[in-house]
Amino acid sequence: MSRQFLFDGQPVPFEDGQTILQAAHAAGHYIPHLCWHPDFPPHGSCKLCIVKVGGRHVSSCALPAKEGMEVESNTPEINGERRALLQMLFVEGNHFCPSCEKSGNCQLQALAYDLEMLTPRFNHFFPDRPVDASHRDMLLDFNRCIFCELCVRASRDVDGKNVFALTGRGIHKHLAVNAESGRLADTDFAADDLAANICPVGVILHKRVGFAVTIGKRKYDAKPIHTVALEEGE
Amino acid sequence: MGRLDASQLAAQACTRNGGDATRLLQVLIDVQEKAGWLSAELISAVAAELGVPRVRVEGVAGFYSFLYTEPVGNYRVLFSDNITDRMLGAPELMDALCGKLWVERGKLSEDGLVSVDTTSCTGMCDQGPALLVNGRPLTRVDHRRVNQIAELIRRKEPLYAWPSELFRVDDNIRRRDALLGPDQRPGEALRAALTRGREDWLAQMRLSNLRGRGGAGFTTAVKWQACRDAAGADKVVVCNADEGEPGTFKDRVLLSSFADQVFEGMTLAAWAVGAQRGFLYLRGEYRYLLDHLQHVLARRRSAGLLGNAILGETGFDFDIDIHLGAGAYVCGEETALLESLEGKRGTPRIRPPFPVTHGYLGRPTVVNNVETLAKTTLIALHGGEAFAATGTAQSTGTKLLSISGDCAYPGIYEYPFGVSIEHVLEDCGASDVQAVQVGGASGMTLASYEFHRRIAFEDVPTAGAFMIFDSSRDMFEVARNFVHFFAHESCGFCTPCRVGTSLLDNYMNKLASGYGAKMDLADIEWINRLLRQSSHCGLGSSAPNAVVDALVKFRPAFERHLRNLDFEPAFDLNAALAGARTAAGRDDPGAFLDREQETTR
Repeated sequence: MSRQFLFDGQPVPFEDGQTILQAAHAAGHYIPHLCWHPDFPPHGSCKLCIVKVGGRHVSSCALPAKEGMEVESNTPEINGERRALLQMLFVEGNHFCPSCEKSGNCQLQALAYDLEMLTPRFNHFFPDRPVDASHRDMLLDFNRCIFCELCVRASRDVDGKNVFALTGRGIHKHLAVNAESGRLADTDFAADDLAANICPVGVILHKRVGFAVTIGKRKYDAKPIHTVALEEGE
Repeated sequence: MGRLDASQLAAQACTRNGGDATRLLQVLIDVQEKAGWLSAELISAVAAELGVPRVRVEGVAGFYSFLYTEPVGNYRVLFSDNITDRMLGAPELMDALCGKLWVERGKLSEDGLVSVDTTSCTGMCDQGPALLVNGRPLTRVDHRRVNQIAELIRRKEPLYAWPSELFRVDDNIRRRDALLGPDQRPGEALRAALTRGREDWLAQMRLSNLRGRGGAGFTTAVKWQACRDAAGADKVVVCNADEGEPGTFKDRVLLSSFADQVFEGMTLAAWAVGAQRGFLYLRGEYRYLLDHLQHVLARRRSAGLLGNAILGETGFDFDIDIHLGAGAYVCGEETALLESLEGKRGTPRIRPPFPVTHGYLGRPTVVNNVETLAKTTLIALHGGEAFAATGTAQSTGTKLLSISGDCAYPGIYEYPFGVSIEHVLEDCGASDVQAVQVGGASGMTLASYEFHRRIAFEDVPTAGAFMIFDSSRDMFEVARNFVHFFAHESCGFCTPCRVGTSLLDNYMNKLASGYGAKMDLADIEWINRLLRQSSHCGLGSSAPNAVVDALVKFRPAFERHLRNLDFEPAFDLNAALAGARTAAGRDDPGAFLDREQETTR
C-alpha cells in the first residue's frame, strides 16, 4: 500500500526518498520554486518553496515526505511570504523586465505575476554590477542574478568545467567566472554547455538571438507558471 | 609580486599543508601571512598547486572577512564594533586615529602604509575598547594609546617591537566554581574515564544530563551516542572555538588558561564515540592563542595523552589538528563550520542529515562547544550524578558568563545554572540597569521587570554573553548595532537572510537619521517575521531577536526616531550632497541644507 501525506487537505502519495516538493509535483500540485531543478539535488537557497508542516516552516524541496504529514502550501499566509521573498529578490538586483531578452521566459517574472506581486514594496539597492560581454557567443548580465547556483552546479556536475562559482558574502555575494582576468571569454565556456542554458532568469544569454520569439508568445505569456511547470515537469 | 614569487609562495604553503585541498582555507591564511594579501596571481597559483578550479579558490577567498583580495597596508587596524566597545568610546577613538594618520575609514592610506576600519566583536568586551592590528588584539584603547599607536605606525615600527603591554589580555575571572576552581592535572580525567570503561563513561555522561554550552542546549550524551552508533569507522570530534557571538569571551579564557581541560574533553569525546581525528576550529580573532595551543598539544602528545595508544590503551588512537577561521561569524553554526573545515565557503548545509551521521567529509562527527568539552572532564572525575547535583533539573552543572557593559567588574563569572539576573547584576557591581542582553546579538533583551528570571535552558538560555545597559543607553542604538552585525555576517546563501538583514539595516539607519515613519516599523516587523520563519539557518532566524525584543520592551526608544508621519521617504537631500561636500572640502554649517526651512517650504 502506498503511503501518503496531506497537501492542502488532499492526500498525496509518495515513495521513499521523495521530498515534499517532488511528491506534490508528481501528484499535480505546484509549489513555487526558483533554485530547485528536477535534474539536480535540492539546493534550498531561494526559499520560495517554503511550506508549513505541523505549524513550522520548512523548505519543501529538501525535506523528505513522511507518512501522515499535514502540509500547508497554497494559503494566503504562505503565498504572502513568498511574494515578500520575490520582492526581496527584485530589489536586491536590477530587474528591468521591459528591456530584458528573457522577459516572458523568466521564472522570476512569471512567479511574480503568478503570486500577484504588484509593487517591489522595499527600497531598491541599485547595486553596481557591470555586464560581461567578452565571450563570442554568450553574454552575462549579473544584474539579474538570484544566486540559485544552477549554472554553478550544471557547469561543475554535468559539463565538468567549473566555469562559475559564487564569491563575496552576504549582500555582496556575486557570481564569478573561472579566469584570472575575470572575463568569460578567458574560460572554456561554450554555448551548448548545460550551464549556458539553465539560467531561470536573464543572466546567461545567447548573443544574436534577440526576440527570436516575439513577446506575447513566450513560455509564460499564455499560461501561468504553475500550469507550465506541471505540464513540462519543471 | 611577480608570478614566479606567487608560484613559490603558493607551493610552499601547499607543501606545509600536505597539498591537501580540504585545507584550502588554511593554505590561503598561510599565503596571506607571507604576502599581505591575496592577489589574482596568488589565487591562480594556489589553485594550480592544489589542482582545484581557480574560481573555487576565489569563492573561498571572497567569503572570509580576514582574507583580502585587494591590496592592504602594512598596518591593518580593525576596531571591534560590538556595542560594548562602542559604549566605551570606540567610534570616537577610531575617528581620532584616522585623523592622526590622515586616513579615511575603510580606505588604504595613499602611501599604502595603513588602513583603519571596524570588525565584528573581537571577544575582548571585558577590556575594551579593543582593536586588532594585523590580527593581534590590542586592548583598553584610550586617547593615550591612540596617540601611541599612531606614532608607532608613523615610525613604521614593526609589530614585534611594539610595547607588549599594548597586547596584554587579562582573564578577568571574577567568580570560580566547579570548572574554574580546583586545579586539574592533565590526564587525570582521561585516566578516570578509561578506568570506568567506555560503557560506564557514556552512562556517566547520560547521568550528568550535560547540555551543549554553545546556546542550543542539545544533550551531549545523546549526540555522542548517535555518533557512536552511526555507520562508518573514521569518526571525528570537532571543538567549536569559533566564539563569534558578540559579547562572548568565555572560550577565550578557557583556551588561554584551561586548554588542557578543553583538549582532554575532546579526547574523552573521542574515547566515547571511537574517533581518531579531532579538530579545534579557532576563530581568526583568537589567532594569537595558536602558538600556546600548539604548545599544549605537543606537551600532551609527549605525555601520552594524544597519539597512538593513549595512556597505554591499545586501539585508543586520537590526535588533534587546529584549523583557523578567518572572520566569519556564520562558521559558528556547526554545518557551516564543517564546510569551512573542508576548505570551503562557510555556508550552512541542508539538515537532515545531521553531522552525527554525515559530518566532516561525510563522516560521523561530533561538534561540541569549548565549554561543553571542558565540562566533561568534571563528569569523568566526579561522576555524572555529582555533576547533576548542581544547577537545575533541566540545566545541570555550571555556566560561564561573559559579563561586559555597564558594570564595575566585567569579566568571567562561573555560576550554577538557575542563578537570577538580579543576583548576577549585584555581583558584578551594576546599578541603574535598564536592560541586559543575554546570549549575545542573537539572544534575548531583558528589561528591568524581568530581572527575577534565571539563567537556564528552561528560562533564559545563553551561550554566555551578558551585556549590561544602564539607563543612559539608547536601546534603539543597541538593536541597530546588532542588526548591522547580522547584515555584515549573513553568509548570503538564502534570500530572506541575505536581503532581509540588509533591508533591516537600512530601515534602522533611516530611523537613526531622523527620517523614520510608522510604516517603517510595520515593515521592520514584517521582515522580522520572514527572517524568523523562512531562513536557512539559525543566523537568519535569530537575527531579528534584538529588534523584536526592543520593539516590544523599549518601543519609546524607537518612537523617538519617528517623524510621526505615516510615510517618510528614505531620500535625504542633505545626505545626497555629502559627495559634493567632500569634493569641496567643506563641512561648515553653510554647506548643509537647513532642514527646518526645507520642511516648511
